[in-house]
Amino acid sequence: MNGLRRTTLLGLAGAALIFQPQTAGAEELTVMATGGAWQAALHQAWFEPFAKKTGIKFNEQEYTGELGKIKAMVETGNVPIDLVTVETSTVLQGCDAGVLIHLDYSKIADRSKFLPGTALDCGVGIDVYGDVLAYDTTVLKEAPTSVLDIFDTKKFPGKRAMRKAPAQNLEWALMADGVPIADVYKVLGTPEGVDRAFNKLDTIKNDIVWWDAGAQPPQLLASKEVVMTTAWNGRIQSAIDHDNRPFAIVWNDQIVEYDMIAIPKGAKNLDLAYKYLAYAAEPEVSAQLGRYIPYGPVLADATPFVPKDVLPKLPTAPDHMKTYLVGDVEFWGDNGEDLVKRFNAWLAQ
Amino acid sequence: MSSIALPRLRTRDQRESLRPFALATPLLLLLFFSFGAPIAALLSRAVYEPTIANALPRAIAALKQDSGAGVPDEPVFLAFAADLKEAQAQGSVQEFAKSLNTRLSGARSQVLRIARNAGQEQATSKEAMIKASPLLGEPRFWAAIREGANRFTSFFLLSAFDLRWTDQGTIGAVPADQAVFVRVFGRTFLIATVVTLSTLALAFPLAYLMTNLRPAIAGIVLVLVLLPFWTSILVRTAAWTVILQKYGLLNDLLLWLGLTSQRLELMYSRTGLIIAMTHIQLPFTLLPIYSVMRSVPPSQLRAAQSLGAQPFTAFWRVYLPQVMPGVLAGCLLTFILCLGYYITPVLIGGASDQLISNFIANYVNAELNWEMAAALSFVLLASTLGLYVTMTRFFGLDLFKMG
Amino acid sequence: MVSTTQDSTARSGLAAGPNLASPSRGSPLDDRAEPAEGRDASAATATRSDNSTRSARSRDETFVEFIDVEKMYGDFQAVKRLRLTVGRGEFLTFLGPSGSGKTTTLNMLAGFERPSQGVITLAGKSVDRLPPYERNIGMVFQNYALFPHMSVEQNVAFPLSVRKTPKADIAPRVRRALEMVRLEQFKHRKPAQLSGGQQQRVALARALVFEPTLVLMDEPLGALDKKLREHMQIELKQIHEMLGVTMVCVTHDQTEALTMSDRVAVFDHGAVVQIGTPHGLYNEPATEFVASFIGENNALDGVVESVGAGQCLVALPGGLKATALSIGDIRPGGPVRLTIRPERIALSAGGGPTDNSHQATVDDRIYHGDHQRLLARLANGQVLTVKVGPEMAAATNETVDLFWSSTDCRAFPASAVADGNQPSIGRAS
Repeated sequence: MNGLRRTTLLGLAGAALIFQPQTAGAEELTVMATGGAWQAALHQAWFEPFAKKTGIKFNEQEYTGELGKIKAMVETGNVPIDLVTVETSTVLQGCDAGVLIHLDYSKIADRSKFLPGTALDCGVGIDVYGDVLAYDTTVLKEAPTSVLDIFDTKKFPGKRAMRKAPAQNLEWALMADGVPIADVYKVLGTPEGVDRAFNKLDTIKNDIVWWDAGAQPPQLLASKEVVMTTAWNGRIQSAIDHDNRPFAIVWNDQIVEYDMIAIPKGAKNLDLAYKYLAYAAEPEVSAQLGRYIPYGPVLADATPFVPKDVLPKLPTAPDHMKTYLVGDVEFWGDNGEDLVKRFNAWLAQ
Repeated sequence: MSSIALPRLRTRDQRESLRPFALATPLLLLLFFSFGAPIAALLSRAVYEPTIANALPRAIAALKQDSGAGVPDEPVFLAFAADLKEAQAQGSVQEFAKSLNTRLSGARSQVLRIARNAGQEQATSKEAMIKASPLLGEPRFWAAIREGANRFTSFFLLSAFDLRWTDQGTIGAVPADQAVFVRVFGRTFLIATVVTLSTLALAFPLAYLMTNLRPAIAGIVLVLVLLPFWTSILVRTAAWTVILQKYGLLNDLLLWLGLTSQRLELMYSRTGLIIAMTHIQLPFTLLPIYSVMRSVPPSQLRAAQSLGAQPFTAFWRVYLPQVMPGVLAGCLLTFILCLGYYITPVLIGGASDQLISNFIANYVNAELNWEMAAALSFVLLASTLGLYVTMTRFFGLDLFKMG
Repeated sequence: MVSTTQDSTARSGLAAGPNLASPSRGSPLDDRAEPAEGRDASAATATRSDNSTRSARSRDETFVEFIDVEKMYGDFQAVKRLRLTVGRGEFLTFLGPSGSGKTTTLNMLAGFERPSQGVITLAGKSVDRLPPYERNIGMVFQNYALFPHMSVEQNVAFPLSVRKTPKADIAPRVRRALEMVRLEQFKHRKPAQLSGGQQQRVALARALVFEPTLVLMDEPLGALDKKLREHMQIELKQIHEMLGVTMVCVTHDQTEALTMSDRVAVFDHGAVVQIGTPHGLYNEPATEFVASFIGENNALDGVVESVGAGQCLVALPGGLKATALSIGDIRPGGPVRLTIRPERIALSAGGGPTDNSHQATVDDRIYHGDHQRLLARLANGQVLTVKVGPEMAAATNETVDLFWSSTDCRAFPASAVADGNQPSIGRAS
């Protein structure tokens, strides 16, 4: 009887070991990011140096950037990750849904040193990227001068690709329709403004190929499926630098966005996570990412540390900031769900 | 004597009848815990959404005392402010704001602002609150609160049919620019039907051919059919993008053959989606048909012909009715699987070719609106079951007997 | 189980049918008494010499004729240069082991296979270009090939409905056909709800209901158990007599062939080795194969010593000698095989000529109820099976005398077969 019970307990303990791989021992931090060239850059710029410096082991995982996975972890009470990279709008959703914890900035850095809109309640910015227009210089004889040229099917005939989401596209539509950049979100906040944006999109709807993943735009250009595409600047730069693609980036009227990092509710190594966040918020460290992928730092003090050859490739380079819009996270938090639904309804029409 | 023997006999009978059940218990438990219970738990979210009711105990109590519809009186406002203050303190206010935003677009930021203010100073009056947040002065805000006060809600299920409760308390259509699900369900069923018929058109002759081939050759054909079946659906879909893209193999071939004069847009189109889905689904339609065809002895057609039936009559009256269970089973299988397609529409379909699963995935993963996802899943599940029951009733098809 | 006596209502019901009826004729058992006929394959087409009233009219009239028909599958010759006639109203059985070409021959007649060479005629016309559905041949398949999705009634109505028979006619004809096989009360059942024998009768009714001129049966009773098979043999025979329809049946079961047929064609390796009445085949097998295939036979291998008028003297191993009828090419010094049926060996010399007599010891005695079998060992060690009456009491190791007439013992030239001194027992039913 006793023997049997002991066996059972041993068995249970064994099962627990299998299902609970994180046991006490060496300090370990699990981070989940959206993979690809970007995560590789994060690894080289930050994760590895941090591990070397502190002796904390880094355990990296990948996901598709959708919060559903983290929500499922939080709801089941088994959260095996300590840090997660997310988009700005996702931070807001995660915050609202109680999936991400409210950050204690006293453990990270002076909140005022961050660029406006990059130090949120539930997420802290890690880089600045641009939603830009990209094209193949061997295909387009005349170079587009603005992202808004995507709406000009007379001058630039052929298929064009856009991200399958209302965000950015509605803003660009209003800008192309003559709304001043400063008023874009005000206009988009009214039903008339939404109609106006969709009407503008209607004019090119039949020429649009929609993309979902950040890796698709360079592929669509390479396979000549489209003549131009909206894209994240880093992905195009990577194709130019590493794959020698004859692509070019149009920066005018880019939309500036931030990548964020957050701590899921129920994370087991909270102190280590904060330790890392504080490390990454040092200006010199913050500037390192640019070496590996042309995304800018979110700390105002970091700019001097950015390598000189990287600066002109960043969305925040002076040449690229002639006309630009900063994405409004609050607006999309409020209106995202409805606009997504309307966008899907519009797509289906 | 017999009165003693009988009960004992019955006990043994009962034990006999219990034994198969006992043997199946592990499977039943596995099914329940890994399948039945999670699905039931998820689906229950379609009708059970207590966030608002949990966040506003005082305001809801006050609303019950309040007279009639529209904007309520001051006590409700004060109770509402107190609830928000507490929610802010507990950190649950954002969940409440999001839940309310689902029913009332744009409510989120206003509610968060009220909550922040409530945390700092005591709300004084109805007028002051309305002045600070004009949304509170609108009847639709309170309609949403009254609706949310009910933990059990029909909101999500109605939304799945593009319906909603109007201000008059009747069920009406949502605005045209928000109506999407009926169309998407229709599209899902349409594409599933087209793919099912396409696979049938390919599978039936192929299965017939395989039935009549020599076993060795039939085995090779079967392996050829199954080969793609053994690779991941993602790989197959990716392969199709290579074939279907504008400068891909198929367009090259068509141009080379001179069948087309310019490159066809097959990627991101419904044609491409249907081609890829048909390929992926072919084995599912083929195998049941093939297995039934193999069970029909060749002597059946010979018998029909010897009895005077011309080949077509023999096929129509003798062969087809016998292979019909396989045809129906294969078609039903493919149709139901098509209803749940997700990755192929994402990669190959155009924007207007997204199926209901893509929307469910979007609500689960991106929007974190699991209630809406549950409602859509429920409608999908119910229509699938309905289809299955219809098939079994009207065609006498019993999948359990297919073996 | 149905009664074996013929049902009078079935008979009269059927007789009311437009063409199904035909005058009932004498018992087919009469045929057993008929004299033997042609002894080798080349003589298969020989017209019958008997003059019984029943067969004279029908068999004089050739209904089906195979003229030099061959069937090749690639290099394999499934049927070799077949010449065969079937008389109108005859019941002919193709008997042979599996792979002997009998089913291929039947399928060529039905139209499922085309001859590689030669012509098949039906009522004088070549059916070469006639598809099966235009031959008006009823066929009963090995596993009946009933349509499982149709009721018994629908199965039987099928050949009528595909012939566009008026609806008003179909019902009574189906009813009569089902009455004939005594299944009218099962007409609403599905085939799967019937027993094997019942299914067999449905298949028969279906093959007969459209009044075909010819009915083919491929191992019609093969799927039934022994008792039911014996019963159905009689029933088939009675139906044949009642309708007078020409029937060609394929079987590997020699009992079945002997019981039902007017004539039997024995197939071996793609050729007909002998055709004749059951009586003729049993008592006067033309080849050693027929002798061993039909009925039970003892086989003794030996060497011819001398040849006389139709008889020969054979030296058996161990110095024994036997006289036998010479069949075929028997020459002195040649190896031969003697066959003698167990029931033709007697334990006493009384009654009939018994010019062969040998001493033997009883190895074993097997009791069969109505008779017994002795395994009797000759002095040279060969064992013969002897069929004796149930009352015979012989102890093991008792010495007995065996007697047989040389007219019952047939000597065949030994072919490649030479299996020592083991007795070869033909297939028992």
